[in-house]
Formats: sequence, C-alpha cells, structure tokens
Amino acid sequence: MNPFSYVRPNSLKAAIDAMARDHSARFIAGGTNLLDLMKNGVTLPEKLIDINQLPLREIRQDGNTLHIGALVLNSDLAAHELVKTQHPLLSEALLAGASQQLRNMATVGGNMMQRTRCTYFYDTSMPCNKRQPNSGCGAIGGINRMHAIFGASDNCIAVHPSDMCVALAALDATVLVAGPKGERRIPFTDFHRLPGNTPQLDNNLAKNELITAVEIPPHPFTKHICYLKVRDRASYAFALVSVAVAMDISDNVIRNIRIAMGGVAHKPWRLPDAEKALTGKAPTSDNFRLAATIATQGAKTYAHNGFKKDLAFNSIQTALLKAATA
Amino acid sequence: MPQENKPSSVPPKKDKQEARRDFLKQSSAVMALALAPPLVLKAAQHDEAIAAVFEKMPVNLEINGKKMQLSVEPRVTLLDLLREQLALTGTKKGCDHGQCGACTVHVNGQRINSCLTLAVMQEGKKITTIEGLSNGDQLHPVQEAFIRHDGFQCGYCTPGQIMSAVACLHEGHAGSPEQIREFMSGNICRCGAYDNIVNAIMDVKNGGQTA
Repeated sequence: MNPFSYVRPNSLKAAIDAMARDHSARFIAGGTNLLDLMKNGVTLPEKLIDINQLPLREIRQDGNTLHIGALVLNSDLAAHELVKTQHPLLSEALLAGASQQLRNMATVGGNMMQRTRCTYFYDTSMPCNKRQPNSGCGAIGGINRMHAIFGASDNCIAVHPSDMCVALAALDATVLVAGPKGERRIPFTDFHRLPGNTPQLDNNLAKNELITAVEIPPHPFTKHICYLKVRDRASYAFALVSVAVAMDISDNVIRNIRIAMGGVAHKPWRLPDAEKALTGKAPTSDNFRLAATIATQGAKTYAHNGFKKDLAFNSIQTALLKAATA
Repeated sequence: MPQENKPSSVPPKKDKQEARRDFLKQSSAVMALALAPPLVLKAAQHDEAIAAVFEKMPVNLEINGKKMQLSVEPRVTLLDLLREQLALTGTKKGCDHGQCGACTVHVNGQRINSCLTLAVMQEGKKITTIEGLSNGDQLHPVQEAFIRHDGFQCGYCTPGQIMSAVACLHEGHAGSPEQIREFMSGNICRCGAYDNIVNAIMDVKNGGQTA
C-alpha cells in the first residue's frame, strides 16, 4: 500500500475538522472496501481518518423509528432482536451479503459508502470514467456480464453491489449526515446517484460530510417479506440480480408494497411503477407477472448481460410469490 | 438462529483514551522535530492519535494472551504485522483482498479477515491466531476434528478454516450442514475439502462422537 498519514479523532467535530483540513483524506471505519481499493492503487488517500472511536454504535428505538448508528457492524445489525422481529427484510439482506468475517468488520455507513464498481474500475491499466473522469468506459465495449440494465449512461454501466442498501431503499430509510454546517437528513433513495455525466460520484454526500446514522420509519412489513439473491455460486458472491419485496396483505388484497432490486443499477433500484400496479390488487401469479413485465420494460442490455433482463423478470415474480406466501 | 448476545453499544474505555493522550504528549514533540509539517502540528491539537507518512506509531495489542507494545507504520495490515513482525506465520496470506479467508483471525472473539484491517486500528484489542488456539500440546477440539476427518489436502487454507470454524461454532451458526456451508462461505478451499470440513465441524458440534 502507498504510505499515508493516520489520525484517530475522538469526537465527531474533530473528525469533520480533520477532513476539512485535508480534502485528499478518507474516513475509514471497517476498511473492507477502502483498503482493498488502496492495495490496488485505485484510491490513494494521503491521510486516513479512523472514525472508530466516535460514539456511533448504538441501535435504539426512537418512538416507532429504528435508529441505527453508522458504526454498527453488519453482523450485529443482522442479529439484533429489533431488526429480526421488526425489520426482517433488512436482516435477510444483510446475511445475504459478503461473508461472516466481512460482516464482522463492515459498518452500516461503510456499506453505503462502498464504491459502485466493476472490474474495469479496479484495473488501473484500463480506461474508466469513474476512476479517471473522461478516460472512457472499458465495460461498455468490453466484458459486461455483471453490469447494469437500468439507469446506466454512456459514461458508466457499473452496479452498486450492496444487499443491505437494497433493503434500506425498500424500507424508505433516511440517512443522517453531519458536516461543518451541521446535520441534514437525506431520503435513502436519494442518497446514491445514477452515473449520468458524473460517474465519479456514487452518492450525494459532500466531501466533508460523514454519515452518523440511518433511520427506518415504522412500516407493516414483518411477515410478507423476501430477499432473493441470485448469484454465480450459492454464497459469498455479488448478486447478478437481487430482489427485495415487502408487502402488507389483508383480505387477499395487497394494501402496501415495496420492491427494490440490487445488481442491476448504479444505485439500489426501486420499482415504483410495479409497486403502483400491485397496490390494491390480489396477490396472484398473473398480477405478479404483469408487475415483472412493467418493471423490466425499460431494461437496456449490453453484449454479455442480456440474460439479466430475463433473470430480473423471473426473479421479481419468484420474490413476489415467496413474500406473498411467507 | 441462536446468536451470541452482544451489547449494541460499546462505550470507549477511559484507560485507552488516556494511554493515547500520553502517547500524543510524547510523540507530538518528536514529530515536531522530525517532520514539522504544519498540517500535522495543527491536527495534533484536535486529534487523539496521529502518525505522519512513514512514521511508526505505537499500538498495544494482546496477541494469543500476551500483551505487546508494538510500533508500526499506519499502512501495515494486521496480517502483515502478525506474519512479518511477529513471525506468527500460521495465519496465511492467500488473496490479500478479503476474498479467500486464509487470513482469518479472532479480534475480541470475533472472526475477521486480518488482511483488510490496519494494525493501528486494533489498538487495545485481543487477537487470537491459529498459534493461540491450542493449549500447549493439547490441540483445540476443532483442530483434532480436522485431523480426524481429513479436513484439508494442501493445508494452506486450513488455519483460516479452523479459526473460522471455531467462531462459527461459537456464534451458533453450525446447526446443520447447510448452515455451516453458508457461514463458512468466506473460507475458500481450492483443494475442495469442503465435505470433510463440514463433517469436522458437525463432529465438534455433536460432541465429537461421530468420528
């Protein structure tokens, strides 16, 4: 690894001040993505600001809202009683991601801040607009089996690999961030970005801001949920396609439904049109098929990922059926 | 799934903070003389601990039950500290990118990939490596089970597999072969000894009676 300086502030203010002094710095929490990128020479910070001393490790219930500190470990969050009972979709998604060793290191904030990426982003001998703006995209004319089918641009077709974030997008979570000007709240679905003309930006967090917490508002989704992850091997692989479904059914009518996908876009991909099509309808295979048709209509595929459109079409129906019968 | 009860909030310990403050007092003067970059000096007023590029900083670890005061560059991973500085070469470097699990060690009882964390980030932590698992000549039950079930071929992934397996059992994630396969998926064995590894773990789970 390239050399860097290291600081370990003991307050939120000191951490934000340290970043303000040195914009080439990076915050480090678990380090599972950042150190990997640094070893490959993809990210070369001159300073690391270790935020592990900050008091952001709490999981608590505020009224009906679940407050999750940014430094809560993925494994602790997945195993937490409140998460397992009140937000089982989140628990399932977390356990579908990475390995237990990585979940024991990775934090909630770090999971959100992991780079949207592909093999060309990691290969410093190849062009990549995300790593080096205006250098071109190696993936569009290259090997693009893993790449996006929704919301991509001519500049970047990489996907965000998180499972946790797909569940948080479906559950309409809110991100709490702190910066030099104080705190602000960002709806989870607005946190990550589509590539557009600025693929170097994965999210809307300002350089000198730090995620402090994520909040999940109350919702009725404790029973009819499913996190379906389809991948090249049975475990410990990124999703080719993943689908998070949460629905509230009474009297054989879907009263409320959320659907989000992973592995298909630059950010966790909500399916608002499919949700609308199913709200107030019966949970039947025909309706699920219609929703999957609506959801995949706008898919754009490349030379090697054409299968993802069919996989998404089938996976959405499977996840809906599993959730409905859960 | 049964889970170990862990507190959801871990308050920082006072004694560690004080130790860092003492370090800061000593080292900031040394740094000022040696390097004197204005940024570092200014930062030292705000930050608990700091090390400049190429500067070694102290780190206190308890490794296999032994308290150690060490000195490392910030860029040294826990894995490289163990192998290169402490000659604890039982912990293997496979991919060095968190993909293979050969570097698995326990930090405060939890399994992690030692290749993806910096040694300086582990200040005050208790590290257990494969060397610290046995009780003298008495092997750990998981080590014995791996031998009994031939849970390896070349052996390179084995220390990581065993450290991961011990944690998997401790977490309560060894309830069935399926659950073991899921929760051991962070440890790759390219010889393909998976069946025997699962059998070894099941054996320990069942009290070592099925060999």
